[in-house]
Amino acid sequence: MQTTLNLRERLITGLIKTSGYSAVVFVLLIFYFLLEAGLPILGEVPFRNLFSDRWYPIEDYFGILPLISGSLVVTIGALIVAFPLGLGTAIYIAEIAPRWVREVLKPLVELLAGLPSVMLGFLGIIVLSPLLRRLLDLPTGLSALTASLLLGFISLPTIVSVAEDALDAVPKSYRDAALAVGATEWQTIWRVTVPAARSGIFTAVMLGVGRAIGETMTVMMVAGNAPVLPTGLDIFLSPVRTMTATIAAEMGEVAQDSTHYHVLFFVGITLFLFSLIVNVTASLVIFRQTRRSERILS
Amino acid sequence: MNTHRSRYTNQRIGFGFLTVLTMLTVIPIIVVVGYILWQGLPAISWEFITAMPRDGMRAGGIWPAIVGTFYLTLGTAIFAVPFGIGAAIYLSEYAPDSRWTHMIRLAIINLAGIPSVVYGLFGLGLFVLFLNFGTSILAGSLTLAIMTLPVIISTSEEALRSVPQSFRVVSVSLGGTRWQTIRRIVLPQALPGILTGVVLGLERAAGETAPILFTVAAFFLPSLPNSPMDATMALPYHLFVIATQVPGMPIQIQYGTALVLVIFVLVMNLIAATSRSRARAKRQW
Repeated sequence: MQTTLNLRERLITGLIKTSGYSAVVFVLLIFYFLLEAGLPILGEVPFRNLFSDRWYPIEDYFGILPLISGSLVVTIGALIVAFPLGLGTAIYIAEIAPRWVREVLKPLVELLAGLPSVMLGFLGIIVLSPLLRRLLDLPTGLSALTASLLLGFISLPTIVSVAEDALDAVPKSYRDAALAVGATEWQTIWRVTVPAARSGIFTAVMLGVGRAIGETMTVMMVAGNAPVLPTGLDIFLSPVRTMTATIAAEMGEVAQDSTHYHVLFFVGITLFLFSLIVNVTASLVIFRQTRRSERILS
Repeated sequence: MNTHRSRYTNQRIGFGFLTVLTMLTVIPIIVVVGYILWQGLPAISWEFITAMPRDGMRAGGIWPAIVGTFYLTLGTAIFAVPFGIGAAIYLSEYAPDSRWTHMIRLAIINLAGIPSVVYGLFGLGLFVLFLNFGTSILAGSLTLAIMTLPVIISTSEEALRSVPQSFRVVSVSLGGTRWQTIRRIVLPQALPGILTGVVLGLERAAGETAPILFTVAAFFLPSLPNSPMDATMALPYHLFVIATQVPGMPIQIQYGTALVLVIFVLVMNLIAATSRSRARAKRQW
């Protein structure tokens, strides 16, 4: 009895440990398979070609710069939309809204997080882009602007929920102290609560950026997919093509182990590294913050 | 007195401004869902749900896409739920505060941040080609499962951690082993919270298109899949196809397909919300 119990206990502990470490294994596997299929491009195409401004794989132009800039343009656009809305909503939910309003707003934001991006892309094609084309009198509504608006919308739930958590975590005594010395609630929010939560808000923004830069279907459907380098602010009114959309649109049609196949994986490596940097930056802030609070408590 | 008044005027303006920002966030959500319901409902019929597509998908139903999404969600659950809950148990109940644990956490944060299309590339490289599963439900489910893992791990861990330490102490002091304590005391208490996380994770997986593009999704298939090694149609990919790849597609069918996806999401959200509120109500501490 005792030994079977021990054996079972040890077996289960082993299984649980294995699943615990699986996350690390998966990250390594993903990185390995990206490198394995993406790095050969460095031997097949000269550097000058790979980092040129021309993406036209059928004629062996593999310049990934327009794709990177396309991703950055829509991500910046998304941030311009999502940062004020997200932060404002988070403050409203955390600091101002009465309880019942909060109970209505939070599930709604969560619902947005669950809406499939392909569905928002579909509405982008059918409703938003014709609307913008008419309003702004553009040659096409499939542009960086349309993509930015939708992407901003898509990254909102991330920003709202993480920023709201950060605001919630600010101790009540901070607010009480501010109110006690005569600050209005509004002054307390801007001069005490928001500054105290700033590292969490920064994390929220970074995670929102990660969400936007990695979004695929919506961008592929509404951004217009023209691989061009931006020359000025008018890039927002013209079509752009992102890294994600390029992979999604072209991977289905390339032969395995062709140069085109390798370059798409190389774009995947670039995307992976972008998201790595964004997420590690975001999480370092979280870790630093816990350490600081632990110091204060001890 | 004057400054006093202006301070509160500022506050009123400020609160008004924040309310407007919140409206700008929330109203589009309601409009989007409402618009899809309104435009899509006329397309929904028994035939639309249960029939095969006809005339190059321009008529008939979307049954194979519904079935495909069901299989993929099921497959994702089979792989992601045990691994995810296992990892959450490890992090909450076993893991020491060490550099290794720190690394696991960093890996999970990373997995959560990897773009979905990169998961697609990975699934293509490992499951479809290297392990030779081909474009199949198996390859697609595994890809989606790894993508869903971080959601399930982090929500489950939170649920497990919220069970008070005293519960564990009592169980161990009565002679329970670590696993018995987890199995009989901690898990049942955390279950509703875990369920919420699982449902939200699966909802995300079911709505994803990019990871299944090269691992399982088929443009059109005349029959339903027979085994996990078959490719299948899937709802999100089907919506993408009929919205962008098929000329002369009746708008009704597009809205109808979008509506079925939205209903699916609404139902999943409802399950998650119910399970969460029930968990709160039942809480014994």
